Order: sequence, then C-alpha cells, then structure tokens
Amino acid sequence: MSEKKFSKKHEWVSLDGDTATVGITKHATEMLGDIVFVEVPEAGKSVEKDGQAAVVESTKAASDVYSPISGEILEGNKSIVDDPGNVNSDPEGASWFFKLKVKDKSEFDKLMNKSDYDKFCAENPN
Amino acid sequence: MEVQKTALYNCHKDLGAKFVSFAGYEMPIQYKDGIVKEHISTRSYAGFFDVSHMGQFFLEGDETLADALEKIIPADLKSLKLNHSKYSFLLNNEGGIIDDLIITKTFKGFCIILNAACKDNDVKQIEKFLNKDHKYFLNNDLSLIALQGPKAVEILEKLAPGVSNLKFMTGDNFKFDNENLYITRSGYTGEDGFEISIPNNKVEKLISFFRENKVNAVGLGARDTLRLEAGLCLYGHDLNEKINPIEANLKWAIAKRRREEGGFNGWDKIKKLIENGSEKKRVGILPEGRVIARENTKIFTESGQEIGLITSGTFGPSVNAPVAMGYINTKYAEIGTKIQLEVRGKKHGGKVSELPFFKKSYVK
Repeated sequence: MSEKKFSKKHEWVSLDGDTATVGITKHATEMLGDIVFVEVPEAGKSVEKDGQAAVVESTKAASDVYSPISGEILEGNKSIVDDPGNVNSDPEGASWFFKLKVKDKSEFDKLMNKSDYDKFCAENPN
Repeated sequence: MEVQKTALYNCHKDLGAKFVSFAGYEMPIQYKDGIVKEHISTRSYAGFFDVSHMGQFFLEGDETLADALEKIIPADLKSLKLNHSKYSFLLNNEGGIIDDLIITKTFKGFCIILNAACKDNDVKQIEKFLNKDHKYFLNNDLSLIALQGPKAVEILEKLAPGVSNLKFMTGDNFKFDNENLYITRSGYTGEDGFEISIPNNKVEKLISFFRENKVNAVGLGARDTLRLEAGLCLYGHDLNEKINPIEANLKWAIAKRRREEGGFNGWDKIKKLIENGSEKKRVGILPEGRVIARENTKIFTESGQEIGLITSGTFGPSVNAPVAMGYINTKYAEIGTKIQLEVRGKKHGGKVSELPFFKKSYVK
C-alpha cells in the first residue's frame, strides 16, 4: 500500500494498485466533533474528483465528504454506518469511508503529502 | 455591534471551549470532551452551563405592575406567589410569540429571564405597557449559571444549604461569599437542577466550587441536544412571532383564568384557536434508523403530500437515536402517524412521537 495523500477538504487517500481507499482525516474529526451519522456510496457509483461522495454528521451539523480522486465505487464501509462513533476513534485506519477503482493515477500524485497537509491545517485552522 | 462576552469567558477558554457567535455573544459550543460526553454526564451526574447571555430583567412596582404585565404575558401574575416561577411568553397582537420566558415573583415585583437574541426588543415591547411608577432594568452585573443533573441538588446543598427544600419552579435567596444568590429550582434539560443568579465578580468562585465537585462545563451544543430530548422549544427555531401558543402545543402555559378572562395581546385569535383548533401543531418526530432530520426538513405523508416542516432536529445521545420536532398539519398530528422526511433529496421513514423523548425528572 502506498503512502497516504491528503486533500484540502480533509480527506485522505491511500492507493493499492488501482484501488484507492478514502477516509476523513483526524483533523477533520476534531473539527466535526462527535460523529453520529454516516452515509457511504453504493458499489458501482461513479464519482468525480472533488465530487460529493458520502455524508458525515456530527451532533452539530451535516457535512459532505468529497472524493479527492475520480473512479468507480467498489465498496462503502458498512461498519461506520452501523457505528458512526468509530470514525472519531480511528479515522485514518479501520474507519475508511469507501474504496474506489481509480481512473487517473495522476490525480493521486497531485494531492498533498503528510507534511504539506499538516502545514495546510496549521495555516487554515478552521 | 461588538461581540459581547460573559464574565466567564476566560474560564471557558481555560476549560478548552470552542466558541461560536450566538445572539451577539461569544459562547462555548462545547469543551474538550465534546457534546455527547457533556450530554451524558449531565444526565448521569451533573453539568454546569453559562447562560449569562440571557437577560435578567427586573421590574418593580405596586399592584398595577401585574395588571400591566398581564396585557402582554398570559400567565396568572396576579396570583403568582412570592418566589414562584412560571414558563410563559410575550405575545403580539396576532397571538404570535415574541419570546418565551420564565417569570418569577420577587419581593419588589418580578424578574423575567429572556432569550439573549430577543432581550432588547422584549424590553421595548414590555415598556409600552408600563407607567411612570414602574421601575425596570436589565441587570448586566449578574451572571446566570445553570447546574443540571441528578447530583445537582447534593452538590449545591453543600454551597447553599436549604436548596434541597426548593420545589420545581420555586426559588429563594441564599448567601455565598458575603453576596446574595438568587437560586431557582429550574432549568432547560429535563433534569432536576437549578439556575443561579450571581454577581459577575463571584461567578468564577462558583465555577471553582463546581470543578472541585467534578462537575463538568457543558456548552450550547449539549444544551441543545438535552433540551430537544426533553421536548423543550428553542426560540427562533421552534417558536417565533408567526407561531401562536396553541399551534406550539403550549396551551398549558396560558393560565386558566387568563384563557377565560382574556385581556392580553392576541386573545381574540387565541380564543378562536382554543375553540376550533389550529391548522398545524408542534409534535415530536422520530426518524427511522439513524438519519438526522434537521431544521427545515420537509415532512410528507406516505403518499407524498407535503404536510409540515422540522424546526429542530439532532441526534439524541440519551435516546441513542435521531430526534426532532416540527410543525405538522393537525390532521396528521396523532401520535404514531407514519410520515416521510426528505433529507438530501431522498425520502426516509419516520413517525409522529410523544414529547418528551426522554422522561423528565423534575422534583415537584
């Protein structure tokens, strides 16, 4: 599996062959607070880069989760739908949101690496 | 307008508060533990809330003061006993709710707790009915702190011996650090608890006492989930100037004598509504599954006819499910009626539910 890359909308992506796994970052969960509802996309759905792909709701508000990369959804993570609180406890591990078959790997290469993302978060605290 | 801060602003900061702008005030929406933990610890132990942004409006005068206030407030103020409180509202000529409030009979007159966003306008609306012998002022030198939860009484009794003798919706004066506190047994969470009116210069000391007793700070986020589980209205969302108390299912808050005698703003209209019923009604809504139906979610019948709108909706941590309230065509307001809720363009099932979602534990 590749190193994780990050989007400005606080999603992370890892790549294994042409399968990408997407989730939301720890920083995102800290901003959202307690997560109480998750909606993930169905297998077979096409998503565009920066297109809305999933929904996450905290006690405070609903937010869209975007796909940082184009492709076709292979699987949504049912375990976070059943137990949304897991996103808070392990956002960048077991609580991924969806996997997709990647259309264009260059989209992945253009995302931020960990240190650029940390810098981005520090400069944009909200 | 400059953003206002309560006397506890720095204390909130030290406790790791995240702030939001609310009704012109910088207020904590949550602290380090987050909304769910703050909510649960209030229901299982106790939590304190800074509600000093709310208006503490004092009125003084002779017996004509109750007459004057009864023109805009439909409570039975003439027979309200000393240190007793009532939930009521300010009404406009159409019977619409200008604000909801708690009014307490004091030695010199009345004290009214007003919503922060409404308080300046409320004073103007009340002023119209007062005469030169009535004195009135919003007291900005006082903070208002709520202590809520099953352990509230045991903890506060240590600081203010005698509070355990207060019944729900009554209050009294107590001494703390050579200052006067006015404490009522009330709150807005569905739990037993107290609201403490305290001079700004003593409020940090009160919070230290709470911290020593392991009481956590609770922000506006959990205040909202707690009050919604308890089926209580939030002004500006569940209530506004276009909604009357009958639609809001708050007829109980209009005193019996006042319903019969009238003589308050909007009575003509309210009388008709009491006789004939209203077209829409505030109800509890339980969405199916986990989908959250937030404010402005449209309500439909199972056959697709639009019949109402959600005015408050969130996830209820103690109910462990989404909860909501809204206004629905009275024909469909019966408990258990199946409905559809449109969330992000998709219809989800739900039903009309009893309120509260979480059983209240007031000490009456």
